Amino acid sequence: MQKSLHLDPNKCTGCLQCEMACAWENHRSFTIAKSRIKVFTFHEPGRFVPYTCTQCDEAWCMMACPTDAIRLDPVTGAKVVLEPSCVGCKVCTIACPFGTINYVSDTGKVQKCDLCVGASGPACEKACPTGAITYVDADWTGLDKMRQWAGKTDTNPATV
Amino acid sequence: MRHLIVGSGPAGVVAAETLRKADPAAEITILCGEGEAPYSRMAIPYLLKGDIPEAGTHLRKEPGHYDRLRIVLVKAQAQSVDTAARTVALSSGSSLPYDRLLIATGSRPSLEKIPGIDLPGVHACWTLADARAILEKAKPGARVVQMGAGFVGCIIMEGLLSRGVDLTILVRSGYMVRRMMNPTASGLLRSWCEAKGVKILTHTQPKGLTSVDGVLQVDLGEGRILPADFYLSAVGVDPNLGFLAGSGIEIRQGIVVDPNQQSSVPGVYAAGDVAESVDCLTGQRGVNAIQPNAVEQGRIAALNMAGRPAAFKGSLVFNVLTTLGLVSSSFGLWEGVPGGESTEVVDPSHWRYLNLQFDGERLVGANSVGFTNHVGALRGLIEGRVKLGVWKARLMQDPTQVMQAYLGAAQKLG
Amino acid sequence: MAWTKQVLRVNLTAGTCVAEPLNMDWAKDYLGQRGLATKYLVNEIDPKVDPLADGNKLIFVTGPLTGTMAATGGRYSVVTKGPLTNAIACSNSGGFFGAELKFAGWDMVIFEGTSPKPVYLLINDGTAELVDAAHLWGKTVWETEEVIKKQHQDPQIRVASIGRAGENKVLFAGIVNDLHRAAGRSGVGAVMGSKNLKAVAVRGTLTSAYQIANPEAFFTAVDAGKKVLAGNGVTGVGLPTYGTQVLMNVINELGALPTRNHKDTQFESANSIGGEAMHEKRETDGKANLVTNGACFGCTIACGRISRMDPGHFSVKDKPQYHGASGGLEYEAAWALGAANGVKDLEALTYANFLCNEDGYDPISFGATVGAAMELYELGILTEAEVGLKLTWGSAEALVTLAEWTAKGEGFGVAIGQGSKRLCAKYGRPELSMSVKGQEFPAYDGRALQGMGLAYATSNRGACHLRGYMVSPEVLGIPVKMEPQATEGKPAMLKAFQDLTAVVDSSGLCLFTTFAWGLQDIQPQIQAACEGDWSDDRLLLIGERIWNMEREFNLAAGITGKDDTLPPRLLNEPANSGPQKGAVARLDIMMPEYYQVRGWSADGVPTDATRTRLGL
Repeated sequence: MQKSLHLDPNKCTGCLQCEMACAWENHRSFTIAKSRIKVFTFHEPGRFVPYTCTQCDEAWCMMACPTDAIRLDPVTGAKVVLEPSCVGCKVCTIACPFGTINYVSDTGKVQKCDLCVGASGPACEKACPTGAITYVDADWTGLDKMRQWAGKTDTNPATV
Repeated sequence: MRHLIVGSGPAGVVAAETLRKADPAAEITILCGEGEAPYSRMAIPYLLKGDIPEAGTHLRKEPGHYDRLRIVLVKAQAQSVDTAARTVALSSGSSLPYDRLLIATGSRPSLEKIPGIDLPGVHACWTLADARAILEKAKPGARVVQMGAGFVGCIIMEGLLSRGVDLTILVRSGYMVRRMMNPTASGLLRSWCEAKGVKILTHTQPKGLTSVDGVLQVDLGEGRILPADFYLSAVGVDPNLGFLAGSGIEIRQGIVVDPNQQSSVPGVYAAGDVAESVDCLTGQRGVNAIQPNAVEQGRIAALNMAGRPAAFKGSLVFNVLTTLGLVSSSFGLWEGVPGGESTEVVDPSHWRYLNLQFDGERLVGANSVGFTNHVGALRGLIEGRVKLGVWKARLMQDPTQVMQAYLGAAQKLG
Repeated sequence: MAWTKQVLRVNLTAGTCVAEPLNMDWAKDYLGQRGLATKYLVNEIDPKVDPLADGNKLIFVTGPLTGTMAATGGRYSVVTKGPLTNAIACSNSGGFFGAELKFAGWDMVIFEGTSPKPVYLLINDGTAELVDAAHLWGKTVWETEEVIKKQHQDPQIRVASIGRAGENKVLFAGIVNDLHRAAGRSGVGAVMGSKNLKAVAVRGTLTSAYQIANPEAFFTAVDAGKKVLAGNGVTGVGLPTYGTQVLMNVINELGALPTRNHKDTQFESANSIGGEAMHEKRETDGKANLVTNGACFGCTIACGRISRMDPGHFSVKDKPQYHGASGGLEYEAAWALGAANGVKDLEALTYANFLCNEDGYDPISFGATVGAAMELYELGILTEAEVGLKLTWGSAEALVTLAEWTAKGEGFGVAIGQGSKRLCAKYGRPELSMSVKGQEFPAYDGRALQGMGLAYATSNRGACHLRGYMVSPEVLGIPVKMEPQATEGKPAMLKAFQDLTAVVDSSGLCLFTTFAWGLQDIQPQIQAACEGDWSDDRLLLIGERIWNMEREFNLAAGITGKDDTLPPRLLNEPANSGPQKGAVARLDIMMPEYYQVRGWSADGVPTDATRTRLGL
C-alpha cells in the first residue's frame, strides 16, 4: 500500500520541528530555509498550515524536467529528484502549480519532498510533537481531503 | 498502428513514451533530425559552464531506455510529408510510412539578415553542435560579441563568462529579455550583468560583419567597429516548418491544431514550438515555445494518437531564466490587461522585484527577479484562474504573500 | 561545535559592521546567551554609564542550543545596562528570530555607539548592512516587520524591532520579534531607541555555520527530553491548554495574586481573566478569546496564546486592524493589566496586550505602573484634570486609554512610560511603587510566597520571576514541596534556582522546560551539542559565576545590598485575605542566610574566596 503525508493544520502549533527534521535529514543542518516541508502562518485567523509536495499524479515537475532528473519511486510513489542529473534549470519550480519544488542556490539543484526515500518513513512525521503530520495510506489524502479539512472549525486549539 | 514522430526534443520523446503506455502494441519511431541522441536545449547553458558533460543534456539517462520501450530512433531529417500517401520523405532518400504522425520539430535560430552573417566565427547557440563550437572557441580573453539579450542570450552568459571571455552584448531595443520582462525587471537584469562585467550596448545592432586576418569586425555604423574573436547570434527562433511545404497542413504562426493537438489534416498532430494553440488566459492562438508546454502538448497529442481522447487546456506563457546567477521569471499576462490592476515591490540594491497583474479578482500575470521560493504557486493561481477573494487586497498590499494566497485562496487552507 | 564562533560588531556611530571571532575561552566559562553576552558587556562598558547614553552597548545573543532540535531551542537574549533599573538587563525572547540569527552564522551581535539617523540592521547570512530607517521611524512593530519583509521580498526574514515606545524611550520598552514575542523587560527597547536602531532583520540559510558535536548522543538526549515534556502535567497538558494562564486561579486561590497595587492578595474576578476564561465562548459573538495555541521555534510545549478579540468590544469596534488573531494574554500580562488594577474585562486586557506587542512595551511594568497611578488617584494625589481620565480601580476604559497613550507617547502616557518608581517619586509617594531596583513586580505576591519575596529582593535585574522561580517549590512542589510561609531552606533553594536558571538562560533553551526538566535532562543535551566536558558541576559553577558576575556589575554601577529589599507594603502590611492572610515578607530572616550561602559579605558583596572560587 502506498502511503502519503497527511498534514492537519488543526493540530499544528507552528513549532517547526518538522522543518528542522527535514533539513537535518537532507542537509545535516537544522537550517529551516533548507526544509522541503514548510509551515505557513496565517496570522489573521491564527492558523498554522504545514505544506509540502502532495506527490500529485500529474507530476508537473517530473514531466517538465528536461534532464530526466525527477523519477517516480516505485515503492512510495514519491517523485524524487536525482541530484546528479539535475542541472538547476528551475523549469520544474515554475511548472509545479503547488509551489512545492524549490531551487537551492548553494547546491545549484532543486529539491522537493521525497517522503525520505530510503529511510524508515518521513523525518517530519517522526519529529512532529502533535500528530499534525502523519504518514497514512495513500487513499486517505490528496487535495480533496485537504479541502475537507480546510473547512473545519478554526477555534480548535491544537492540543486540546 | 504505426506512430511516426518527427523531432526528438521533449515533445517528441514524451509523446513516444506516452504512446507506449497507451498503446503497448504500437510501432513507435522518432526521427532525430540533428543526428544526436534526444537531448534538451535547456541543459546547454550548463554544458557551457562545465557543470555537466554532453551526456548530461540527454533527455533520458537510463541506458537502453528507448530500446526497452521499443521506441525506434532514426537519425534523419524529414524532407517532406505526403499526407495523402501517409509517408514522410527523409534526408537519406528513403521514406517512412505512418498511420499517425506527430510533428514536433521545434525551432531553429533566426539569424539576423546582415552581410557577413555566414562568415566563419559566427555561431548561434541553439544545438549541441553549436555548443561544441562555442566550447572550442571560448578561451580566456576571447572577444565575444553577442547579438541579442533575449532568453537564450541571457541564459548562456554565465557559461561564456565562466570561460573567461570578454563579453559585449548588443541589444536592438532598449531592454533585455523584453518578451518576458517589463522594463523594471529588465533594468535590474541589465544592472546585474553590468555589475558582473558584461558590456551591454542597447539600441545597437550591427550593420554587417567582415573578417580581417581571422578577426571579425562587427560594424555598428557611424564608424564604430567592434573586433571579435567570435560572434554569437541570439536574436530569436522560428518554428521548423519548411519541410511541410505542399503538405496541405494549415500553418499560420505555427501548425494550427485543435484541442486534441490535431492539425487540419486528420491523423497529423503537432506539439511544442511548431504548434499554434490557444492561450489559456486570452483564448488567442499563438506559438508558446516553452518546455512545459511542449511536454504537455506531446502528452496530449500522444493520447489522441493512441485513440484516447484528451484535450489540451490551453497554454500558459511562463518562463524562468537564470542570468549570471540571477533568477527571474514571468508568468501569463505579465504586461497586464486593459482595466486590470497591478502591484509591485522593487529592491534595486538587492536585485529583487515582484510585479503582479490582476484582472478583477484573478491573478493573470507576474514578473519576478530574485524571488524563487514557492514561485510555482504563481502558476497555480494564474492557470487555475483562482478567485482571490480577500487575498486580492492582501496581494495588492504585499505581493510577496503569493504562497499564502495560493494556500488560502486555492487550497482554502488559510 | 554548537557555536558559530562568529560575533558581528556593529558600530552605529561609524556605520560599520565587522565580524570577529567569538572568544571561545569565555564560551567555556559562560556557555552562551545570557552568560556570554554579559561577560562581553561587563568587559566593554563603564558600569556607571547612563543606560541611554552613547557609551552603553546592546547585545543580541543566542545560545549553543539555539537553532537546534532540542525542544524550545530557539531562544535569544538582549543584554545591556537597563534604563529602568540602572542594573544589568538581560531580556530573553522566543519566537523565531534567535534561530534565524544562528542560521545566518552569528552567535552574537554587539551594537555600540549611536547612529546619527534611524537605521535598521539587515543580516543576510554573512553579509550585514545598516539600512536607512527614516520611513520606519514612528511606525509600530507590526508595521515595521511587514514593511521590511515586503521591501526585501522575503516573508521568511525574521525581524526584531522597537515600536514607538522604544523610540520614545519608555523606560520599560521592549524589543519585539515575530510580532508578539518579546525581550520585554528592563527597558532594553529604550536602549535600542536611544541608539536610533529601529530593527534587526535576519535571513539565515547557511547549512554549516555550526555543528552538533555528537549527533547520535544529541538526538538520544533530545528525544528523551521531549518525552519528559510531553509526559509532564504542566508542560504536556497545562501549558499547551491554558498557557501560563493556567496559574491565574491557582495563584489566586493560594492568596498570592497581588491585586490593586498589592493592596490585596486575592482578586475577586480572577476567574474572569484566567486561562479558563480564555476558552469560554463569549456571549457577544459566541466565540472564545483563544483561537489556538502557538509554539516558538522548536518548542514541543507550545504555551503561546493566539487570541482574537470580540470585534464589538468598545476598545476595538472601530478598529478592524485589531480584529484578527494575534498574541494573546500570558499569565503575567493578564495579571498586570488585570488584577494589578482591578480590571476584570478580558477583552480590554487582550487589547492592551495587543498594544504592548504592537508598540513594544512590557505589559508587566506598564500594568503595574497603571496600578500605582490608580492608587495615587484613589488617594486624591493624582486628579482627573491632571491625568485627563478617571483612574478608578477596575476601569477598563482607563486601562486601554493609558495603553494607547503610552504606545504613542501622548498625554499622561508619558508619565506612565517612566515606570512606577519615577511616577510615585514624582508625586511624593515613592513607597507606592511596587518595584525592586526600579523594576515592577510580576504576578506573585512576595509576602504570600516567602521564597519569591527573597527572589525579587535579590534579582540582578530588579523584581522578576524569571531569575529564581520559587513558585516551583512553593506552589507546584517542583522539585520538592516547600510551604509558602516557610523560610527555612529557602535561601539555599533560591540560590540553586538562580544558578540553574542562569545556565538555562545561557543555553538557548526556554526556562519553562524546567517545570519538567532538571539538570539531568538538560545536561546531556548541552554535552552532546558542545565539544568538551559539560558536567553538572561545571554547569552549576557556570551558573553561579554568571550570577556573581551580574552582581559585581550592579555593585560597580552603584547598587548595593541596601537595594536588596522590598517595598514597605510587603514588609509591613500583612496580606489581607486567603490562606496567607497576615503574612509579611521575612527578608529579615532570609537575607543574611542568603548572603551566606552565596559566599557574600554581610553587606552583600562577593568575598575574595568566592571570587577566586568562581574565577572572577
